[in-house]
Amino acid sequence: MHELSIAVSLVELAVERAAGIGDVRVDAVHVRLGALSGVVEEALRFSFDLAAGGTPVDGARLVVERVPVVVFCAACGAERVLAEPLRFRCPVCGAPAGDLVRGREIELTALEVDGHAAADR
Amino acid sequence: MPPRIVEVRRSVLAKNDALAARLRARFADAGVCVVSLVSSPGAGKTALLGETLRRLGDRTRAAALVGDLATDNDAVRLRASGAPVRQITTGTVCHLDAAMVERALEGWNLASFELLFIENVGNLVCPASYDLGEDLRVVLLSVTEGEDKPVKYPVIFHGADLALITKADLAEACGYNEALARRELGAVRPGLEVLRLSAKSGEGLPTWMARLDAALAEKRARRNAPAAPA
Repeated sequence: MHELSIAVSLVELAVERAAGIGDVRVDAVHVRLGALSGVVEEALRFSFDLAAGGTPVDGARLVVERVPVVVFCAACGAERVLAEPLRFRCPVCGAPAGDLVRGREIELTALEVDGHAAADR
Repeated sequence: MPPRIVEVRRSVLAKNDALAARLRARFADAGVCVVSLVSSPGAGKTALLGETLRRLGDRTRAAALVGDLATDNDAVRLRASGAPVRQITTGTVCHLDAAMVERALEGWNLASFELLFIENVGNLVCPASYDLGEDLRVVLLSVTEGEDKPVKYPVIFHGADLALITKADLAEACGYNEALARRELGAVRPGLEVLRLSAKSGEGLPTWMARLDAALAEKRARRNAPAAPA
């Protein structure tokens, strides 16, 4: 379960960014998780609360946007969304398609904040 | 003032990725080809690495880092080959990251090695997220495991550069369906190069050793070639 390591990195990043915004309270942390990220959402949620404890993002909600795996099918010349369990084959024409476009993301996308931004003061 | 959303858009693994990029640049400067081994526990990473180091002997200067949660048993086993070996004990952490690799390399003159192996903690899930700066990521799948493991653990198999079917000497006893295993490997990583070998019987090892030589030659060629235009 490496979600705890991921959660610690996520909290560090969120704290760093929040400090850069100003004197704000972080209400929510938005992340994007790819289906090929290797991160389990439930385990990340559990770990996030632990990692956030005692930090400026303590109590913030974790909002997860799941991203499916998208590959480029050379035969069709188009991007295709893969269903799980993952098999890297074009769902339309059946050709092998290993060219990953999206799906590995473990990304902090946004912070929902309340308070005064540095620029407001 | 109402709550508002501030866009960030930054990879949570950005720090590890930056560190891995720094390691990759150091490895390139030193001219050392770095091969990492990942698999479930007990798939034969240490046995293969031990036999590989023994066969490399004096002909190629090799070193190894081995990761485990606890004990330096693997490092002790591998030192019998005569190659420099360091253990990375991760405690409770289920994978290696670039910072652990960087720390473990302290004091080693990388330029004195041609090949550096990094044996990850036995785990098919967690190591997949962490770039270690390696040139070649090798995933091992033993014949005593299910042929469908690649589809069950697609992240690690999709991220591999080469797959090794290990313990080939046990294939018959296990009723191993190699064609199915190869099909499943291809399903998660179309075109993935697959070798079959046994560290015990020696089957397939000449091909594996030749593959390492090729990786090393490729690394040297890149080093000697003028920098490619960006």
